[in-house]
Amino acid sequence: MAKVEQKGTLSKSDLRDFFREMLLIRRFEEKVEERFRAGELPGFLHVAIGQEAVAVGVCRALEENDIIASTHRAHGHTLAKGTMPNELMAELYGKLEGCSHGYGGSMHLYDIERGNMGANAVVGGGLPAIVGAALAFKFRSEPRVGVAFFGDGATNIGTFHESLNLAQLWNVPAVFVCENNHWAESTPGWQHMPIEDISQRAVAFGMKSIKVDGQDVEAVYKASRRALEHARSDKGPVFLAVDTYRLVGHYIGDPQVYRSKEELEETRATQDPIEHLRTKLELSDDEVDEIDREVQEIVDASVEFAKNGTDPKPEDALKNIYA
Amino acid sequence: MPELSYREAVRDALSRAMREDEDVFIMGEDIAEMGGSMGVTQGMVDEFGPERVRNTPISEMALAGTAIGAAMQGMRPVAEIMYEDFLTLATEQIVNQAAKHRYMSGGQLTVPVTFRTQGGAGWSPGAQHAQQLESWFVHIPGLKVVFASTPTDVRGLLWSSIYDDNPVIFFEHRTLYGLKEDVPDELEPIPLGKARTHRQGEDVTVIATGRLVHEALAAAEEAEQEGVSVEVVDPRTLQPLDEDALISSVKKTNRCVVAHEAVTRGGFGAEVAAVIQYSAFDWLDAPIERVGAKFSPLPFAPVMEEFVVPHQADVLDAIYRTVGRNAN
Repeated sequence: MAKVEQKGTLSKSDLRDFFREMLLIRRFEEKVEERFRAGELPGFLHVAIGQEAVAVGVCRALEENDIIASTHRAHGHTLAKGTMPNELMAELYGKLEGCSHGYGGSMHLYDIERGNMGANAVVGGGLPAIVGAALAFKFRSEPRVGVAFFGDGATNIGTFHESLNLAQLWNVPAVFVCENNHWAESTPGWQHMPIEDISQRAVAFGMKSIKVDGQDVEAVYKASRRALEHARSDKGPVFLAVDTYRLVGHYIGDPQVYRSKEELEETRATQDPIEHLRTKLELSDDEVDEIDREVQEIVDASVEFAKNGTDPKPEDALKNIYA
Repeated sequence: MPELSYREAVRDALSRAMREDEDVFIMGEDIAEMGGSMGVTQGMVDEFGPERVRNTPISEMALAGTAIGAAMQGMRPVAEIMYEDFLTLATEQIVNQAAKHRYMSGGQLTVPVTFRTQGGAGWSPGAQHAQQLESWFVHIPGLKVVFASTPTDVRGLLWSSIYDDNPVIFFEHRTLYGLKEDVPDELEPIPLGKARTHRQGEDVTVIATGRLVHEALAAAEEAEQEGVSVEVVDPRTLQPLDEDALISSVKKTNRCVVAHEAVTRGGFGAEVAAVIQYSAFDWLDAPIERVGAKFSPLPFAPVMEEFVVPHQADVLDAIYRTVGRNAN
């Protein structure tokens, strides 16, 4: 995925490129669901269908050397940060060609060369490491920013509060991207947070906070550029409160007993970021079909690549424990 | 050769590493102006400044995780966890993050972070300021675990820990900080995974860690008076463990006592006993004796605290049991 030239405004062609990437992530995750249900994929999988604009909007706003840490819902972030679909799919199949060489799986996707410090299966687990990475950038006077993705559920855990406190105290170049999809697994926001406006979380730390509509990729991109610029110019970390929607269950196979069918259908009908962008760009059916065919081919090829990948030997399990 | 206390030896290793290497920095609660709750880092902020001697808020999760993140970017942070008991607060970051990033990434990165911490009873702080929790961390693949018992060892082992590319949990014992000995001018790094034989003997091997190394040495002197020759070995690194050194000592003496201040049940000595019985079963002339704290939280009242944790007399009793003698 070629990166668009970094700039504050986006041309129609840039946005078309975003559209293509969001659709690629969507089709990739739909394929993951399909292959999981077919019994081909081991493990515990979480897709981020509905949240593609966040992954693409934030990651396209990054500079080359910026880094991210992701969550258990990491496929979109990982693809948007530049990991090849083949390598990601191979990881989900547990192959040596995978981005974590078969040691990580869906919840532990790494791509150090491309600045992905790892997806984390402990909610809030990746936040302190981003503060530390940002501290290292500050020590070395490198113009880099560390970006942590996490959900609304993570704003209740200690690492979140300790990390934001320390980041602001030490003025490190970090951006905290809170993907508020309104669900902590099966628990709705009103049951897990005593406040409605999640951006207020930052107030306690005196941290700059930006609110953005996470279903509008252009808005996410622009807000991210502001946040990154602020952090990079030594003005301090930023809390980016992104309002988004998870249009699927918590995990693949989640019967979503906690959510009414009507609510889900209405959200799907009104909050699909890909549909929003398609409307904004006034793409014709033919244009969409063409892009769709192109990304489907990439996704299908990734499955082929993964299936033809190399299985680790059982005893490979004992490698990589120590350096 | 200068005389250094255990405390000064830790400081010496930290200071030398920081003088030589900009990637090394230290962080922790009250470590700057106050010099740490044990005075280990006293004066270091004057030499290195507040950026590299970083006072942190009371936030063990973020303090541990920040050190881990900086290490993942190639720094060599040394984070001080003021009391071992507070490791419990940082355990998620140490166990799920530090120990596993390299593995989960399929070997793409290293996490060269050192967590220094201290504990140990004998001053009646009660149940939350003196536990010995080293065995918890020995159980976690991906971590290295060090427990030093002398000034020379603590200096050389800390240096090696800082320069190890793996996360190291570095245990110091509170009651040893004042212990002094002559150490060489040159800092001699001590490789991780090498045991030290403190005292040669023929009849019984005592494998001891931390404070109990000194209790064992004193007990060995006493036993010697009674004609029992005791070898005292300190593994120094609990993970990786120098199994060969321990096994060959027991094959020589045919008897073994394991001794630590931590609670006996599930303690590090249980692992050592398993290693010894498996590899030296045919050489053993007596059951392996275990010395450790009674299965109790640490009590406050001094008489109760003294009752719970092991001392020289407990090691001596165990030595005598292995040779079939009564303690008195």
